[in-house]
Amino acid sequence: MKRIESPSDLQALREGILFKRDPDQKVVRVCCTTACRAGGALHVVEALRKGLGDRGLSDKIQIKKTGCRGFCENGPVVAVEPEQLFYNKVKPRDVPDIIDKTLVGGDPVERLLYADPDTKEKIAKEHDIPFFGKQARHVFAKTGRIDPTQIDDYIAEGGYTALCTALTTMAPGQIIRAVEVSGLRGRGGGGFPTGKKWRTCRQAPGMVKYVIANGDEGDPGAFMDRSLMEGDPHSILEGMIIGAYAIGAHEGFIYVRDEYPIAVEHLTIAIDQAAAYGLLGFNILGSGFDLTIRINRGGGAFVCGESTALMNSLEGKVGEPRAKYVHTVESGLWNRPSALNNVETWANIPLIINRGAERYAQIGTAGSKGTKIFSLVGKVRNTGLVEVPMGISLREIVYDIGGGIRKGKRLKAVQTGGPSGGCIPSGKIDMPVDYDSLKALGAIMGSGGMIVMDENTCMVDVAKYFIGFLMYESCGKCVPCREGLKQMHHILSGICEGHGKAEDIELLTRLSVTMSDASLCALGGTAPNPVLSTIRYFRDEYEAHIFDRRCRAGVCRNLFEYYIDETLCNGCTVCSMKCPEGAISGEKKQPHTIDVGRCIRCGVCYTLCKREAVRVR
Amino acid sequence: MGDEHNMAFEKVDEILAGYGYRHDALIGILQDIQRLDNYLPQDTLVYVSRKLEVPLSRIYHIATFYKSFSLVPRGRHIIKVCLGTACHLNGAAQNLEQIERTLNIREGQTTGDMMFSLETVNCLGTCALAPVAVVDDSYFEGVTPGKVEKILSQYTGASEGLDREAD
Repeated sequence: MKRIESPSDLQALREGILFKRDPDQKVVRVCCTTACRAGGALHVVEALRKGLGDRGLSDKIQIKKTGCRGFCENGPVVAVEPEQLFYNKVKPRDVPDIIDKTLVGGDPVERLLYADPDTKEKIAKEHDIPFFGKQARHVFAKTGRIDPTQIDDYIAEGGYTALCTALTTMAPGQIIRAVEVSGLRGRGGGGFPTGKKWRTCRQAPGMVKYVIANGDEGDPGAFMDRSLMEGDPHSILEGMIIGAYAIGAHEGFIYVRDEYPIAVEHLTIAIDQAAAYGLLGFNILGSGFDLTIRINRGGGAFVCGESTALMNSLEGKVGEPRAKYVHTVESGLWNRPSALNNVETWANIPLIINRGAERYAQIGTAGSKGTKIFSLVGKVRNTGLVEVPMGISLREIVYDIGGGIRKGKRLKAVQTGGPSGGCIPSGKIDMPVDYDSLKALGAIMGSGGMIVMDENTCMVDVAKYFIGFLMYESCGKCVPCREGLKQMHHILSGICEGHGKAEDIELLTRLSVTMSDASLCALGGTAPNPVLSTIRYFRDEYEAHIFDRRCRAGVCRNLFEYYIDETLCNGCTVCSMKCPEGAISGEKKQPHTIDVGRCIRCGVCYTLCKREAVRVR
Repeated sequence: MGDEHNMAFEKVDEILAGYGYRHDALIGILQDIQRLDNYLPQDTLVYVSRKLEVPLSRIYHIATFYKSFSLVPRGRHIIKVCLGTACHLNGAAQNLEQIERTLNIREGQTTGDMMFSLETVNCLGTCALAPVAVVDDSYFEGVTPGKVEKILSQYTGASEGLDREAD
């Protein structure tokens, strides 16, 4: 690989790559990130390779293993260009049809097209599918198009031009000013203004400074960072190099969760390729600026997403946070000024430089600029990753993009912000989604997890789930968090088991105030949020658990029972054979009955019954 | 320390050298060591402590703090049940209980025949497939208590070794 010494070198390289490409060449893009791989995407690629080879078409048609397109619900997804056909749930056995009908014949394979769930009408093109129609994919523009293991793909799509502009035409102060004007706020949870953070870090005394990317995506239900690291690693690197130049750092670190092996692999490849081109290392683009970036794998501790804990972990210690009397921008990693941003925040930087801060700031609301990637999961039809402009309503996200609630059930709430977030009830879903509106509702933006809950979700159980999660993940250093969470979990478990007391709600509220006031770091400080927000909006459910001993959602085991609807049961005996307690009896082809006394409510019969004859009451 | 002893830790030495014996790389070093045998053997940790000149207590502090480390041998197949929010809402807890009942072990334990270790994870980031369970490298989506037996039988029965992902 030839080193890129100047902006003109990069330009020449890009033109060279594009010149070699035939614009009419057919390209098959197969999403090969975690979710689609789980569905067998790599086997689809193999089948494509073999099929094209057998037909002697290997040279004419290109196969690209891309990053995530966000429509994980329908994976593995395959896109065929230039026709822009979008195929869903592709299996290796579908490959012969894709080759013969589409790639050779030019016609779509009808059965693989997206079908509108209501009208059953087939939709051929990606941008006509409602899931994609309302999105604004800027940060995600290249993810799903490029092969993340090929730096040339990134460069061909205009990658590293922002770096050129920044390093050769802008002074560090100008870059920081641009980031300030853009209004970019941290995408990892806190929502702190990025430009302000950089300015403080630049001004902090000290010769040695660090840039750090937080890829320790610990929030359950959020996976946009994984998707970015897997699908467009260079955009993160480009943002980090620009940031390091602006701050005056010569060393960078990317902290990645241990659960994300593909992200580590792709980032490693990206760093090696960028270094080979001279975009990392010494004298980047002939500017005299040096930077090296290293990857550190996390050890599976949620608290390491907290900045001071993460820095401790980078130093090879246990990930315990410290009190932030002195900010990490002044004294962070190895007590040196450190600018730590979420990977999604870093990926926004090239956009700001390329488009100009003012244009970037045109998207969004007064206090929240740009777009945000949300992971839309739970009881929604179209689960996946969606990138939308700040200020869009929750209704648009859940109904227009998400396609509404599964199985025609009713929306109960949307939980945002991970374990420290809150639940927004269905009555408030017309509120705009931005940092400040969510906060006013008692929720937070967090890293962008959006968990849709329906009538079968018990809100007390949800609170217990998050508190249990945080109790387990609390590092144990400070008492309010360690003991507070334990007591909260004890109280919530009692309520869910049917031992709730009248004063429990008040006690939970009081504990919450103590914890948020006295905890050392944000984990404990925000931990009461799921409890407070569920009490605020769903107090009636708490009361039903405590006073009526009933869980209407059918989740809390002691507070409901299973029964078989005699009119629906056809006596297939599957449930009685599989019941671990032998609690189901009945003659073949006759309605069965459940012995409530012996039933342990394990749910085996409930999930096995094809006729949905097993019911909850 | 004799030559024989050094032979046993040859791979560990390679790992330590690969990280330049840096103390700040301890987490990465332990992760790589764990990859050798699926757990962190005690004598290896003592060896690492001596080689790096890091107190053994600090190594144990790390090995017990981070969830991905195991100090006890693990089974041939590692089952990871995702307990992320999306999986929880879709019944992950019931799946976990069903696996515990089927294998007669609790979360964090290994079966007597060293066949399966049962673990839980916070979120695998594949929420669209919820509820998810992973056995070694194979993902199983939309798991229900009723499907548990079938999934596990693939690893104990005659079909083991067949390509499971190819649908």
